[in-house]
Amino acid sequence: MAEFALPKNSKVGTGKTYPAPAGAKRVKAFKIYRWNPDDGQNPRTDTYEIDLDACGPMVLDALIKIKNEVDTTLTFRRSCREGICGSCAMNIDGKNTLACLKAIDEIKGDAKVSPLPHMEVVKDLVPDLNQIYAQYRMVEPWLKSDSPPPPDRERRQSVEERAKLDGLWECILCFCCSTSCPSYWWNGDRYLGPAVLLQAYRWLADSRDEHTGQRLDQLDDPFRLYRCHTIMNCTNTCPKGLNPAKAIGEIKQMMVARR
Amino acid sequence: MADTRLRTPLGRALGLGSAKEGVSHWWAQRITAVALVPLLLWFVISLISLTGADRAVVVAWFHMPFPAIATVLMLFAVFYHMSLGIQVVIEDYVHTEWLKISVLVLNKLVAFALGAAGIFAVLRIAFQG
Repeated sequence: MAEFALPKNSKVGTGKTYPAPAGAKRVKAFKIYRWNPDDGQNPRTDTYEIDLDACGPMVLDALIKIKNEVDTTLTFRRSCREGICGSCAMNIDGKNTLACLKAIDEIKGDAKVSPLPHMEVVKDLVPDLNQIYAQYRMVEPWLKSDSPPPPDRERRQSVEERAKLDGLWECILCFCCSTSCPSYWWNGDRYLGPAVLLQAYRWLADSRDEHTGQRLDQLDDPFRLYRCHTIMNCTNTCPKGLNPAKAIGEIKQMMVARR
Repeated sequence: MADTRLRTPLGRALGLGSAKEGVSHWWAQRITAVALVPLLLWFVISLISLTGADRAVVVAWFHMPFPAIATVLMLFAVFYHMSLGIQVVIEDYVHTEWLKISVLVLNKLVAFALGAAGIFAVLRIAFQG
């Protein structure tokens, strides 16, 4: 059956509290999920009290401050710190988003931070993304065309055809959407999930691509595509404001259109 | 489920390949849903308007071609739609393979049985009274 309760070795305990330095005026508590694969312990929640007057505005600033100044063992992914690399995707205040785009003052009360939901955890806030990357690889996210490109110029596309890719190309593959989707939680081994399906549609919608039929064949499956039940968590959570649910709807329409 | 830890992630993702079906299930679910809007509205309104009527009046109503045919269609669409929907719920939540297959088969058989019983009941009233 689907898992509705955490297994015994995943139950989250209470961890250490790191108090704010004396004299701090604006203190915010960050309650952060910690798990170390090497110590054999259950996961725990550590509390870090941060002086906001000595910290940048975003959640990622606080995480970096903790790692630099409070607890060097805190592990998380980050790179660009401006919402374009997708590395710092995590669950903040109950919603999947990018730590670098989430302002601390948007969070009421303590800031709860945990890894992307229902993924295997590598350590602390780092989820194992091997499966989802493989699923992305599976949809062959590159231009597939049997006609050679014109010898003297690029493959041509009208302004209208190019406009169909807007709202698709902006996806940065942070997987906030897929890991917010209950269908992906329960059937992620076979369902591709909103991020990968949005990417699949990005190539289905590309007028220069000639493998539309094969791409649709590959998705015509009760699990790969049709586990989407329009729950809309994906669209609700996307930190880039994209609409994966709409892209999936478009794929379903293409499936009907070719019947 | 078989141990697949040593397979490559891509091998696991590709699995047994696409079933090359899924659109017909999805489309049938939409079609029956759309058909059920007028059919159920009509059926419920008809039943309400028959409230308190004599048995003879109700039987006479089922003797007319349109009510009998529309009720049979309604029953067909209801149980078809029901089996499609329950199938999705089972596939979503039941992950023990033998149990999943058993419940999927049971779902189909129960839907057929209920549909056949309902349609038989309507035809019997329509033709015998």
